[in-house]
Amino acid sequence: MPEALQALNNGVPIAWYLILSAVLFALGVAGFLFRRNIITVFMCIELMLNAVNLSFVAFSNQHKLVSGQIFTFFVMVVAAAEAAVGLAIILTVFKNRQTLNIDEINSLKN
Amino acid sequence: MRNLWLIPALPFLGFLANGIFGRKFPKGVVNAIAILSVVASFAKVLVVFLSVPDLAATPVHEHYFTWIKSGAFSVGWDFAVDKLTMIMLMIVTGIGSLIHIYATGYMAREEGYYRFFAYMNLFMFFMLDLVLAANYLILFVGWEGVGLCSYLLIGFYFVKKSATTAGNKAFIVNRIGDFGFSLAMFLIVVNFGTLDFTQVFSAAPGKPVGTLTAIALLLLLGACGKSAQIPLYVWLPDAMEGPTPVSALIHAATMVTAGVYMCTRSAAIFTHAPVAMETVAIIGLATAVFAATIGLAQNDIKKVFAYSTVSQLGYMFLGVGVGAFSAGIWHLMTHAFFKALLFLGAGSVIHACHGEQDMRHMGGLKKYAPWTCLTLACASLAISGFPFTSGYFSKDAILSAAYGYAPWMYWVGVVTAGMTAFYVWRAFWMTFMGEYKGHGHPHESPPSMLAPLVVLAVLSLGGGYFFNVPKILDSMFPIAEGAENMNLTYISVVFGLIGIALSYYMYVMNKELPERIAASFGGLYNLIYNKYFVDEIYDATVVNPMIIGSTTVLWHGVDQGVIDGIVNGVGTESKSIGGLLKQLQSGNIRSYATWVVLGAVALLIVMGVTAMGFAAGVGQ
Repeated sequence: MPEALQALNNGVPIAWYLILSAVLFALGVAGFLFRRNIITVFMCIELMLNAVNLSFVAFSNQHKLVSGQIFTFFVMVVAAAEAAVGLAIILTVFKNRQTLNIDEINSLKN
Repeated sequence: MRNLWLIPALPFLGFLANGIFGRKFPKGVVNAIAILSVVASFAKVLVVFLSVPDLAATPVHEHYFTWIKSGAFSVGWDFAVDKLTMIMLMIVTGIGSLIHIYATGYMAREEGYYRFFAYMNLFMFFMLDLVLAANYLILFVGWEGVGLCSYLLIGFYFVKKSATTAGNKAFIVNRIGDFGFSLAMFLIVVNFGTLDFTQVFSAAPGKPVGTLTAIALLLLLGACGKSAQIPLYVWLPDAMEGPTPVSALIHAATMVTAGVYMCTRSAAIFTHAPVAMETVAIIGLATAVFAATIGLAQNDIKKVFAYSTVSQLGYMFLGVGVGAFSAGIWHLMTHAFFKALLFLGAGSVIHACHGEQDMRHMGGLKKYAPWTCLTLACASLAISGFPFTSGYFSKDAILSAAYGYAPWMYWVGVVTAGMTAFYVWRAFWMTFMGEYKGHGHPHESPPSMLAPLVVLAVLSLGGGYFFNVPKILDSMFPIAEGAENMNLTYISVVFGLIGIALSYYMYVMNKELPERIAASFGGLYNLIYNKYFVDEIYDATVVNPMIIGSTTVLWHGVDQGVIDGIVNGVGTESKSIGGLLKQLQSGNIRSYATWVVLGAVALLIVMGVTAMGFAAGVGQ
């Protein structure tokens, strides 16, 4: 690792990463709860996943352990799979119901 | 090795071939397989017979494999042949072959032709296994197997309700007997530690009389079921719903005699249990009289012979009970000849009368079916104990042994012999004399049916003279010492002749006499015509209480109340709890999401609190 980058790394305390991660996660939760468009909701889930990824990587760097990064890869794989399936479901829902409003998709009710 | 296993294996191969592929075979192939497999088995028996010069000195014993091994107890798949087994093998395969040949003619136009012969061959397999067995368990396998085949063949015309219920009846009544047999085997295992015949019988004299009596009585219960003795005889008359060759083979000549064979085989146990012996004799005698009186008033030709079979089996048990085992086996053999002939002849008569079984609608068949008439006359003479026919020798041996045991048994037996002669000849006169009263034109049966009749007629007449069973079995069951009392023989012959003469007088010379007698003894006639209402009594005392108990307690109470109650209760409860939880399912995705977030927050709080508590604990 180059000297400059090393210095930069060392200069940023881990707390900053964690705060950024928490903010991103809170944004994701907020969007997940309050937005109505399924695609937005979906993207909010991705945002939460990536917030978690950020904290994984930050801890990995802090403790000099590679397992946090490996976890990140797993999360990314799952996210990719989820994106594929989730988008397919969203497309089908739109084809069938001509809407992406999350409040109108409630046929499982009762 | 003499390969005794081939004897039952050959019919089993026939069963497999006809049972699996029979549907596709033409009738000729089915016939060939069925007959050849049994005839080959008969040939194998003859080979074994001729190749062993003295079975008494060197009984053949073959061990194939150990079937059950548990500690010191082991049961092997063993076959053994001694003189008793050899006689049974000859009877089973010999008469079995004849009846298979007969059946190809009799069943020629029946549905399910191949199925019939497959079952018949399977029966031969189990029967031969029963006879060859060298221990009680192998015998029991055959015992149950023949019961199964009997059930299958009684219910052969399964579209007929009466046939299927008769099959069920036979099977269920036999369960009672088999229950006794099983208990007897358990007792033998507990007390002897083995089921092997030679070991059990050599150890039997040293055992307490009480144990032996219990074993013998339980074996007798088994024999009563299989051999149709009081109180379990009720299934045999109903078993006549099966095709006539089945009645001849299974329900007259072979299977029903398995009980007699089993008791004779267990002679070492029985002879040391005098109370059991006396019970055997009394049950046998009672059955003989009881069934003979019922036979006097039946009108269905097969029913007459069925009750006659029950009655003759009673004679065999009388022989066993009074200690004349070889006489019992002798009568078993001669009975196999003449009763098989009576049934096959009855089949031929039924065939001639286009399926009619009621003797009141027959008559005059002498003219139309002369061979059937002639052979049936031979059988009727034999069963009546006419001098020098087969039945004369064997019945006489039993009756004189009974006289030595208790004279009153002899007198009851003789009177029964008179009744036997009466009802058999009554059937004969009603069938063959007078004018034909049925429908259509009666006709003689084909040669495939007549040939076995002729062979059996010869055996019925000469079988007792040529095969002197007590002499053959002398080494196993020594003939009782004592002066031959020819007077006893004369008396029983005279009773037989009186029976014949009386039936001739009543049914040929003076035809309105029977009706007058029936009218003047109305109550008595009704009683025996309705078989002493035994079936009705059993229905009222055993069957119906059991049905009612099963319906109210077991079905409505236990099954519907308890078991269904638990199962349905679990379902209903789950549903009502689910109904409460259902309220949470708003169908609104964002409310679900809120729950998820709230849950996560709650989890975080809990984790935070525990962590702080933990930290505080560490800090102290």
